Amino acid sequence: MGQYLVRRLLTIIPTLIAISFVIFAVLDLAPGDPTSALPETIRPEVRQQIRKAMGLDEPFPVKYGLWMRQFFVNEPLSLIEKAFGIQIGDGEKRLRVTSWGSRGVPVMDMILERVPQTLWVVGLAYLVAIVIAVPIGVVSAIRQYSIFDQVGTFISLIGYSIPTFFTGLLMILLFSVKLKWFPMIYDTNLQVVDWHSFVEQLRQSAMPVAVLGFFQAAILARFTRSSMLDNIPMDYVRTATAKGFRERYVVIRHILRNSLIPVVTLIALGIPAIFSGAIITEQIFRVNGLGALLIGAIQLNDIPLVQTVTFIFACLIVAFNLIADVIYGILDPRIRYT
Amino acid sequence: MIGRHFSTLRVTAVLLAMAFLLAACPAAAPTGGESMAADEEMAEEEAMEEESKVLTILYWQAASLPGPYLSGGTKDQDAGAITLEPLANYDPNGTIVPRLAVEIPTIENGGVSEDLMTITWTLKEGLLWSDGSDVTSEDVVFTWEYCSHEETGCTASEAFLGIESVEAMDDRTIKITFDSPTPYPYNAFVGANTPIISSAQFANCVGSAAQTCNEENTAPLGTGPYRIIDFKVNDVAVYERNPHYHGEAAYFDTVIFKGGGDAASAARAVLETGEADYAWNLQVEPDILRDMEAAGLGTVISAFAGYVERVLVNQTNPHSDLGDDRSEYMEGDNPHPFLTFPPIPQAMSMAIDRTLISEQLYGFAGQPTCNVIPAPLHYVSESNDGCLTQDIDGANALLDENGVLDTDGDGIREYNGIPLKISYQTSTNSVRQKTQALLRQWWLQIGIETELINHDASVFFGGDPNSPDTYQKFYTDLQMYTTGPTIDPQQHLSNWICEQIPMRDNSWGGGNIFRGCNSEFDALFEQLTQTPVGPEREALVKQLNDINVQSFYQIPLVYRGEVSAQLDTLKGVWINGWDSQMWNVGDWHR
Repeated sequence: MGQYLVRRLLTIIPTLIAISFVIFAVLDLAPGDPTSALPETIRPEVRQQIRKAMGLDEPFPVKYGLWMRQFFVNEPLSLIEKAFGIQIGDGEKRLRVTSWGSRGVPVMDMILERVPQTLWVVGLAYLVAIVIAVPIGVVSAIRQYSIFDQVGTFISLIGYSIPTFFTGLLMILLFSVKLKWFPMIYDTNLQVVDWHSFVEQLRQSAMPVAVLGFFQAAILARFTRSSMLDNIPMDYVRTATAKGFRERYVVIRHILRNSLIPVVTLIALGIPAIFSGAIITEQIFRVNGLGALLIGAIQLNDIPLVQTVTFIFACLIVAFNLIADVIYGILDPRIRYT
Repeated sequence: MIGRHFSTLRVTAVLLAMAFLLAACPAAAPTGGESMAADEEMAEEEAMEEESKVLTILYWQAASLPGPYLSGGTKDQDAGAITLEPLANYDPNGTIVPRLAVEIPTIENGGVSEDLMTITWTLKEGLLWSDGSDVTSEDVVFTWEYCSHEETGCTASEAFLGIESVEAMDDRTIKITFDSPTPYPYNAFVGANTPIISSAQFANCVGSAAQTCNEENTAPLGTGPYRIIDFKVNDVAVYERNPHYHGEAAYFDTVIFKGGGDAASAARAVLETGEADYAWNLQVEPDILRDMEAAGLGTVISAFAGYVERVLVNQTNPHSDLGDDRSEYMEGDNPHPFLTFPPIPQAMSMAIDRTLISEQLYGFAGQPTCNVIPAPLHYVSESNDGCLTQDIDGANALLDENGVLDTDGDGIREYNGIPLKISYQTSTNSVRQKTQALLRQWWLQIGIETELINHDASVFFGGDPNSPDTYQKFYTDLQMYTTGPTIDPQQHLSNWICEQIPMRDNSWGGGNIFRGCNSEFDALFEQLTQTPVGPEREALVKQLNDINVQSFYQIPLVYRGEVSAQLDTLKGVWINGWDSQMWNVGDWHR
């Protein structure tokens, strides 16, 4: 296992370098001009000056090299400085990856600013989805074709066939406009310091979490159900039942544990998606998390920001793939890595 | 079995731990904010507990930076305008009103030199930046140096064109010298797109260093009613009352300038739930807005600047048989076969019901207009207002009188044997296509057949010299879009002189898109460039507008504005089309 981990960790390095090159090259070659979003009254000469000020005139290898250095050396150093409040070398002169849309603002700061609300809203939705979906999936499988199963199947079908922009709008109209229970604007500046602000935080998260959780739960419940159904007719289940164990015991100790192996893997692989945010839901409720950041950057042709965000997502996906493999090995003793 | 049991437990434990981490996140990490000092943070929270007076403004396009110099969007300019101030503002009528300046310099008060080469501004006494330091004329000089420096990449540098120097005569006096006589000297430092910034704060941010000034760019010192305390890029800006403001202290303790979402939900947050006080630029179907307004919480308001949706009438022949000579002016040798005969476009203009178009399609954002210079009020001609009433019978009679008749009985009139069949292009946009359909139907009633064409906006306005579908090439008989003058119409009118006709030789670079050449217009325009602001200038602008409209080079349709919404409890809002909508935010109260 240890050897396996080391080998996997080592292969990550060339993988990430290759990914960074592809992302950088594709975005660099893609058509699009960061000055195109500026008002039409701005003359071409001025646009050229702005492009030059952003560093667009440099040749590709220079831009790539500079970005690599900024991303792999300067940014980590700045993060360490910030985290521990220390000074390493001449921090003032160190060039950081800065945005084109918000000139002068380090891309990393923009990303870090958005992580809390994305993790809170999307992560919470994911947790809620797991907590709801697994029991529903289990009961649906055991009582296959019962009323509960039929209703559950129907609701999950609705859950993943209705887009989130529709459920989101529906919830706003119902809970904000008609009932006035929840706010429709997410306040990213809200600090949870006491009971009152915690309740506020829950109130403003309720709708986006519900919308996203509903969608996720629908998928996970279907997955759990089919995984359970795969295991129910197995011989070991029949043996356990023949031994006279109570049904509850057989379901939880035998069927569920085996059925959860693929589900846990699926959940682990889904975690990077939490970081990439939920573009549409964030937009509807003005959560302004990472998804909104990325889509805004794409619209403005803010290339450094898009490159950095995409690359961080790539890193997360690579990392969680590894984690999923490791978890798989831990959960299932039949699988052993060498 | 036991080993497996433990492993599962471990995984569950990890998942649980993650759950706690996630749950703790907003509490533990104070959102990585930039430079908010700890005490300010405390003060803000305490204020919140006392049910402080908070103003919430929604911009569905979030601000990238608070200020107009590094990011050219209206959202950025408006986020800046809450704290940054120019020497003078435009009020909603287009009148210049002093802000940091004592008065508006004119020739009469000696502020503008007789030869129109200089303008001298005087700052109010005792002005302070929001950190308590003095505002001096050096700050104004610095602002000019900052924005006109090539490597800054300043998005507002347009406003400083033609300025030779800006000098500080003493602590409060600034003299601007132009490189040629400038009859309208108020482009620089007037309006929210050229506010004054602090020379002490931005001293190290001139030129290419502007790209590295994170703290300065996101938290500029201001002189306005509020000062910025927190700025989250593309998300939200928070302001507090500026204790050093030169005017009456502002009403609100905190201003929240929140971005994101879409126009319809921004409208809903003001008009239906009342969560926000003000929502900007609501590009929403008029019927939906009316329904929301009916909830009774707020009001939809509109601001008008100079934008006019108009139909341009091609004065040259765009027929495809001409090949490369399509829509080429050729010194007047390629006139349009029938649109240059004035009664025909005149009848077309008479057949249009502008009121219907503006009410049904533009709603709050439109008013019918008969002029290409629709504002400010003192520049608006009244001699074309007859077009506001649709007159299809009159149009038919006019064509009959002038011998433009349907000779072959197919329902389409002919002029010199050429049937009146026209092509009419615009950009792809539901309002524009509905307008096209209405016009086509009215023109059919006067015996003119119209073929409707639309191109994707990025192609139509894209200016690609290899594309035949751009508005500059104008390979159709008519086309429709919006442009408009800035507060002083000279720049806009300069597009319509003869030498501005786009053609192959200048890579379709001119602004005289309709290709109309009128020597009287050119002579009057020449006169305009030498006439200072005053009644004489106003008369000239009206004349120029009338020549253009009455030659039927352009058929104006709708005077277009911007739509915002405010809560009814919010007082003091005076929405402004010429300047930032935030221009008088210091006067807003409940």
